[in-house]
Amino acid sequence: MAQIVIDTANHIAGYAAKAARVKVVAAYPITPQTTVVEKIAEFVESGEMDAEYIRVESEHSAMAACIGAAAAGVRTFTATSAHGLALMHEALHWASGSRLPIVMAVVNRAMGAPWSIWPDFSDSLSQRDTGWIQFYCADNQEVFDTIIQAYRLCEDERVFLPAMVCLEGFILSHTYMPVKIHDQEEIDAFLPPYKSGWILDVNNPFSHANLVSPEWYMEFRYMIQEAMENAKRLIPEIDKEYGRRFGFQYGGLIDKYKCEDADLIICTMGTMGCEAKIAVDNLRREGLKVGAARIRVYRPFPVEEVRKLAEQASVIATIDRHISFGMEGFLASEIKASLYHVEDKPLLAGFIAGLGGRDVTFKTIEEIAKKSLKWMEMGRVGKETVWVDLRE
Amino acid sequence: MPITPISYPTLGSMGKTGSWRTFRPVIDYSKCTKCTLCWVYCPDAAITRREDDSPEIDYDYCKGCGICANECPVKAITMQREEE
Amino acid sequence: MVTIKEFPKEEYLLKGHAACAGCGPSIALRLLFKALGNKVIMVVPACCTTVIQGPYPYTSFAVPLQNMLFEATGATCSGIAAALKIRGLEDITVVGWAGDGGTVDIGIQALSGAAERETNFIYICYDNEAYGNTGLQRSGATPYGAWTTTTPTGKKERKKNMPLIMAAHKIPYVATACPSYPVDFVNKLRKAREIKGTKYIHVLAPCPTGWRYDTSKTVEIGRLAVQTGIWALYEIEYGRFRLNPPSDRLIDKSKRKPVREYLAMQERFRHLTEADIEKIQQWVDEDWEYYQKLASNECV
Repeated sequence: MAQIVIDTANHIAGYAAKAARVKVVAAYPITPQTTVVEKIAEFVESGEMDAEYIRVESEHSAMAACIGAAAAGVRTFTATSAHGLALMHEALHWASGSRLPIVMAVVNRAMGAPWSIWPDFSDSLSQRDTGWIQFYCADNQEVFDTIIQAYRLCEDERVFLPAMVCLEGFILSHTYMPVKIHDQEEIDAFLPPYKSGWILDVNNPFSHANLVSPEWYMEFRYMIQEAMENAKRLIPEIDKEYGRRFGFQYGGLIDKYKCEDADLIICTMGTMGCEAKIAVDNLRREGLKVGAARIRVYRPFPVEEVRKLAEQASVIATIDRHISFGMEGFLASEIKASLYHVEDKPLLAGFIAGLGGRDVTFKTIEEIAKKSLKWMEMGRVGKETVWVDLRE
Repeated sequence: MPITPISYPTLGSMGKTGSWRTFRPVIDYSKCTKCTLCWVYCPDAAITRREDDSPEIDYDYCKGCGICANECPVKAITMQREEE
Repeated sequence: MVTIKEFPKEEYLLKGHAACAGCGPSIALRLLFKALGNKVIMVVPACCTTVIQGPYPYTSFAVPLQNMLFEATGATCSGIAAALKIRGLEDITVVGWAGDGGTVDIGIQALSGAAERETNFIYICYDNEAYGNTGLQRSGATPYGAWTTTTPTGKKERKKNMPLIMAAHKIPYVATACPSYPVDFVNKLRKAREIKGTKYIHVLAPCPTGWRYDTSKTVEIGRLAVQTGIWALYEIEYGRFRLNPPSDRLIDKSKRKPVREYLAMQERFRHLTEADIEKIQQWVDEDWEYYQKLASNECV
């Protein structure tokens, strides 16, 4: 029986792990993820969730335990934030190199020093090269649905890669929203039992991941890249199928809003995408042709979709909740890289906003839009990267 | 190729490691008491136990470490320099 | 009590592997499989055993083996044990097999965590008293005075006592072993397999490459370590300490060979002064006073 619950994205992630019939959870507490694992602990101890919950002693051990469990043949889940994700860094590489379909909820939180508990994408975006698929969610329903979709995607034999489902700390993690928890039988029909590309088995002994010489290593990395390309194709298909079965879908790789005839497209990730939609509606009421594109999947990066978006637009404004020191926002860089080989490129204006949880509302986005439109009139971008709302 | 490096059990994963030897163990079976100590102590599993418990050295893989000779309680094994 | 002739003939460490000639840990590995057979899943962090397997696409191991990150042996075993429990496969023994560096230094957190969580597995530290895989740098298990590449004039600190650290976790079984005493080691492994919970066995595994002695002396040096008392064979079963033969007879100092005999056989101790050797002998004597108290239950 489907049910509507009113709960925080963290608790909803727990519901999703339960609905996905996860069998091993290994996790370590960190603000603002803690209520994910607390919810799962409740489910496991009440018997509602048939799983082993390993209360590990660090995030590095959390990912190591997930790798062990996934290699030994069960569906696994974990969750973390910021420094916990950073602590797992080498294990993230090991998981993707091992082609294990682990799914992890990342409750986005700014990196220190100094300590901050508020959201930005510096944690998950600094892990973009680890071979993990990355989803960015804009509301609690999407968190639930994306976790289920992620297992389906990751356990596809054309993929066999791990995935992060990212949700912003406090904005989503601790905010109550109504969410539909779909009927379990229908979820089971959508998500078959755990499958992985290999398994530790006494009847078929082998060494996994022993030394690989330069003679072979590149081919293994190429296969991961191929798997990412396959994921790029499969994500929209899975999203559509999910939409047919459950009534919720998110535009596949990019959640596009009023982009078809837009002069300006505002590119964002996560909850800023919701604010952007409000800004778009307000600006359209003023007669401005603006659209919003929320990049839902950051890895694999939706290069072809971005090129399609750029076809009619005259200017793209990217809002990055992250800065790569010494360069620019990641979203700005990757959109520029996607468009490099395109003949008729739109202008590209990069904005840095919302670091350390500074609020980014539709009002800020409207200002960003108006500035970008002015540059469009001038035919060139005034400044390649603008830091928004900075104190004097 | 598998999607992730999976290596299957192989005799001689490093090739014929007997080529590492400078000295080779030689068994004087007339002295051997079949105590099987040389078999148990060989780090390379290069000594097998025959049906009658006497040892047989696989010279393809024996690295010539000399532990068998050192441990043999009746000094039935001697280390002899390999010819060129 | 099993005898050597009763050890099974099957080999699950295949010949032609990459270990140095005379490798102590390799003897310990063969004994691991003589004890437990092949119904095991092994987790091996970065250590000598990583390399002993040989390179992809070959391995010298005929059991399922997960190579893993250096610090993560304990945690990975927790994950595998949980998965096997859920799948109803608890008759498969999960074995963490790690070097001393991956146990007493970088791996200690994950091991301590696994022990506290009562993960059902056997953790074996094979101790060649240095970071062997990377070329013999010191580890926390390197003994006082030993040459290593990062302690060229001899380590100034004492060896970390890992078995007693594990005993403090109150796990059901802690033991020390040495491949020079094969029956003892095999018995301990088989006993550990029958116990539920975290079992820790610390195997002193002499290394000719690191300890600098002739490759033929590996078993002899291990024996001498026990005969001098610098390594004691014991078990701590449900908190109860018991010395095993021949260590049980060595509480009497006159029965212990002087430690200098052991040190003299290894070039890594070549530079020790008379004062160093006396200090080491004194520490061994103090350890044995402590073992005596443990054995008579005067303390835990």
